[in-house]
Amino acid sequence: MAVTKVIGLETEYGIICNTTADSSSGVSVTSASSLLIAAYMRLVKQGHTAMHDLTLNFDSDFPVDNEMAVKEQVFGSAVSNSVKWDFSHETPDLDVRAANESESSAANVDTQMLNVVLTNGARYYVDHAHPEISTPECIDARMAVLYDRAAELIAIKSMEAVKELTDDSVEIVVYKNNSDGNGNSYGCHENYLVDRTTSFSSIVCYATTHFVTRQIFTGAGKVGAESSGFRLDFDGFQLCQRADFIEEEIGLETTLRRPIINTRDEPHADPRKYRRLHVILGDANLSQVANFLKLGTTALVLAMIEDNMINFELEFASPVEALHTVSRDLTLQQPLLLADGRTITALAVQWDLLAAARTYVEYYEADAVGGEVAYDVLDCWESVLTGLESDPMQLARQVDWVAKLRLLEGYRERHNLSWNDPRLRMLDIQYHDLRPDRSLAQRLGLETLIDDVDAVKAMRDPPFDTRAFFRGRCLQHFMSDVVAANWDSVVFNVGSGLLHRVAMMEPSQGTSAHVGDLFDECQSAAELLSRLDSVVS
Amino acid sequence: MTDRKQIRRTKHKQREMSRGYDIAKSKTPSSKDNMNKERDSEFDDLLDEIDELLESNAEDFVKSYVQKGGQ
Repeated sequence: MAVTKVIGLETEYGIICNTTADSSSGVSVTSASSLLIAAYMRLVKQGHTAMHDLTLNFDSDFPVDNEMAVKEQVFGSAVSNSVKWDFSHETPDLDVRAANESESSAANVDTQMLNVVLTNGARYYVDHAHPEISTPECIDARMAVLYDRAAELIAIKSMEAVKELTDDSVEIVVYKNNSDGNGNSYGCHENYLVDRTTSFSSIVCYATTHFVTRQIFTGAGKVGAESSGFRLDFDGFQLCQRADFIEEEIGLETTLRRPIINTRDEPHADPRKYRRLHVILGDANLSQVANFLKLGTTALVLAMIEDNMINFELEFASPVEALHTVSRDLTLQQPLLLADGRTITALAVQWDLLAAARTYVEYYEADAVGGEVAYDVLDCWESVLTGLESDPMQLARQVDWVAKLRLLEGYRERHNLSWNDPRLRMLDIQYHDLRPDRSLAQRLGLETLIDDVDAVKAMRDPPFDTRAFFRGRCLQHFMSDVVAANWDSVVFNVGSGLLHRVAMMEPSQGTSAHVGDLFDECQSAAELLSRLDSVVS
Repeated sequence: MTDRKQIRRTKHKQREMSRGYDIAKSKTPSSKDNMNKERDSEFDDLLDEIDELLESNAEDFVKSYVQKGGQ
């Protein structure tokens, strides 16, 4: 039985900084990103006086007095008692493949940059010069879409906060896209919890099949084409922002020679039981329907792989080439060459995967993939494939690339423009502009799955049914006693000369059902910690 | 079929009736047509106004929109 598909999204945003003419000093993108986060945190503190210090270090740079004793409590199976007080246990360089020759340096985190934990369990930080928000761990695709929408609202609020803080002398604009059109890309990474015992080669095989073909509904659309570092001479439109930057089938890199399957082996959970599949090739979606499908279909495909329920052979002769072909084929008819010499279209592959997924939930009840939510994914999947097959343009409210293409075609026709007109590229970028008054995506009236009233709550409150609940509630109730937090632990200093680390190696424990009562009943962090002994196993 | 599956399917059916995801079936044909007309006119409005929403110098803007150092 597949493990519960706990899902998280990490979105790196594009950013520009406009300053008034007299402030000629200029703001670097890195400091603009820091300013964005600092301004937001200031606003949060003003709004919620109880949260007197939210600027916690998220991970490795927590200042630890090594002489200080540490008491450990662990949700789920303890890794071992020998886990040292070594908070540098982020290991993005660890590779699934045993002999890793790569010289990647994925975790070059500047400790001077802002890196904070939010009370909803999310992480808001500066990564490689871009502002990035990682959602809290979510139990299903719908919840992940909710928290991704909350992240958009946080970015919007942050932009407003900067203007307020600087008396309108600085305006920072945030874009939820993945390419600058000039040869540079930044990612929207997905994370899925998978069973450690599943053979990685079968994940590589079938996930690749899905990733190459799901672009037909996950793509956010792009004017022109790029290669790493420069713009290509290509007059036209393609389905994906990110496809041009995917150059390898498999690898550890995330900043160059990006692979279809990323092999980072850093589960942020019990490594004996779990992997975290780190998916780096996706586009950030403005359409909630597309986002829901991206996450929901991928969770289903991974669960099917774990339960050995995909029993057809579908291996592309050249996955990278196929990926690029799919992205540039607006007809969705282009045959893709398989390793065995047959050909198939992306749509046909998606229909096959959908059929397999329908069979899968008949056998396995969809418990691992969000229960009822999985049935919504299946219905939505079928509906969108049906639309793409008959006339993609009827999906202008559901699929980002279609919404964007419709707008571009309308504008092109009106002004009689060729595809290389810079106004079309500008329109492309502005589709992703998160300023509510400038966002073309918003103006296009995309179908929503999330009520913004819920998303506003999700800016503050953690999801109930993963360990993010424990992380978020600890911050909401006992902020002043928490000295550090990261994905798999929260560290308290309750003044007894003892640091107290609560490890959370099981992403689906520490839920509201598990520890919710404790937060209602405990008056202090010390009480919480003493009562935790009775619930952790 | 197990009882559990039956229950789940019934629940699913009920849910489908109350809140389907089928884009094509979710509206009656006439209301769908009306809605499409409304959307078309909104779309035309957007095309009318769009130049006011766009940055003033497209060529400069797309050249200077450079985002290095991403993952």
